Amino acid sequence: MRDFQFHTPSTLAEAHSLLSDYGEEARVISGGTGLINMMKQDLIYVDHLVSLQNVDGLNYIRSTGEGLQIGGRTTQQEMATSSVVHENNPLLTETYGEVATVRVRNAATVGGGVAHGDPAQDPPPTLLVLDASVHVASKDGERTVKVRDGWFVDYYTTGVEEGEIVTGITVPAAPANAKTTYIKFLPRTADDYPTVAISALGVVDGGVVTDVRVGLGAVNSTAVYADTVAGVLVGKEPTADLVREAAETVRDLCAPTPDFRGSAEYKTDMAVVFTRRALTRVLGLE
Amino acid sequence: MTTDTVARVPVTVTVNGAEYTAEVPPRRTLVDFIRYDLGLTGTKEACSVGVCGICTVEMDGVIVSSCILLAVQANGSEITTIEGVADGDKLHPLQEAFMNYGGFQCGICTPGQIMASRALLEQNPDPTEDEIKNWMMGNLCRCTGYYKIIESIQKAGEVIRLGN
Repeated sequence: MRDFQFHTPSTLAEAHSLLSDYGEEARVISGGTGLINMMKQDLIYVDHLVSLQNVDGLNYIRSTGEGLQIGGRTTQQEMATSSVVHENNPLLTETYGEVATVRVRNAATVGGGVAHGDPAQDPPPTLLVLDASVHVASKDGERTVKVRDGWFVDYYTTGVEEGEIVTGITVPAAPANAKTTYIKFLPRTADDYPTVAISALGVVDGGVVTDVRVGLGAVNSTAVYADTVAGVLVGKEPTADLVREAAETVRDLCAPTPDFRGSAEYKTDMAVVFTRRALTRVLGLE
Repeated sequence: MTTDTVARVPVTVTVNGAEYTAEVPPRRTLVDFIRYDLGLTGTKEACSVGVCGICTVEMDGVIVSSCILLAVQANGSEITTIEGVADGDKLHPLQEAFMNYGGFQCGICTPGQIMASRALLEQNPDPTEDEIKNWMMGNLCRCTGYYKIIESIQKAGEVIRLGN
């Protein structure tokens, strides 16, 4: 790992000032589980790390009645084990509980993960399904971006701009009668990156699909929201044939990188298969 | 290790109840800090990318991979390493069980296995086999086939539940 200077501001204002001073030579570090791995392998070089470890007030989970507000420094293990999260949104509990191992979740944070933009991470497909928003702050003020509005830009590239810090996320509550699931296909080991990962939510009311959402992980340069699925299913009685037809629409959204977890063709086929399984579950067809 | 090009910075941590301060380059990983600056070589490093679990230590009450944390990130924290697990000459029930039930074989993964399973038993002294597998899945072992480790953890849990 190359040398760098390490800064520990105690307020967001101090952090912004450091980011302003060092510009593109600086990177924000939260838990560091992603960033330090990349720096150790010389995948990126950073001259100034601006750590959020001494900035108070960014670690919280609040239920607002309309959903959850989660501070950027909240750890992913806190998400996986919080009773407030589980009561409000069990899909978040399930998804964050699938991230790597307990050791990694104890260091990795919600905000760090959202800023990092690894295309095979677990939370992004679920944050797309739940229509979450990301809050970012710079020295000029704050802004909020819905993850579906292009937050996940490209391979390890997200909507966080130079000088900005992810301060938290807001996750609207899922519909009260929604069924949800997060499935990842792990042909190698339980803590590996998935071949494909599918997050899904479905609501069937009066025998008819009223809401259905699918997020895809590890099948493209970013997590993808499959906005093609609802058009096939909403307003109709769910059947195995319709689920098969809806799942087939995710094929065109996949452009996976081939690796030892599967060829591009295989991963694309598996995205269709696992979308079908997820839809079967959330639409009550099991 | 190449020459430092930036100033060293002081890092103060409490490890196994004793306070240590050392001046280190900011890029020093926590595992290197523990091993080379503090001389506590019970903690091992293998994969160096947070996957294998060998470098597991407890930091401020939760287990972490010390190979993908910087020493400067641990500044001000309380750390427990394998050297701090026994009570004087009295081994921890996990240490006894790993020796008695075959969880301890070649030994290289053992410090990490003990640190991880100790954290599990502290919050759940009677874990099911599935709970053990789920918690311990990131602690790799090439000797035991894992069954001996699972058995060792279960046996230590029995001892802990009986109040040692």
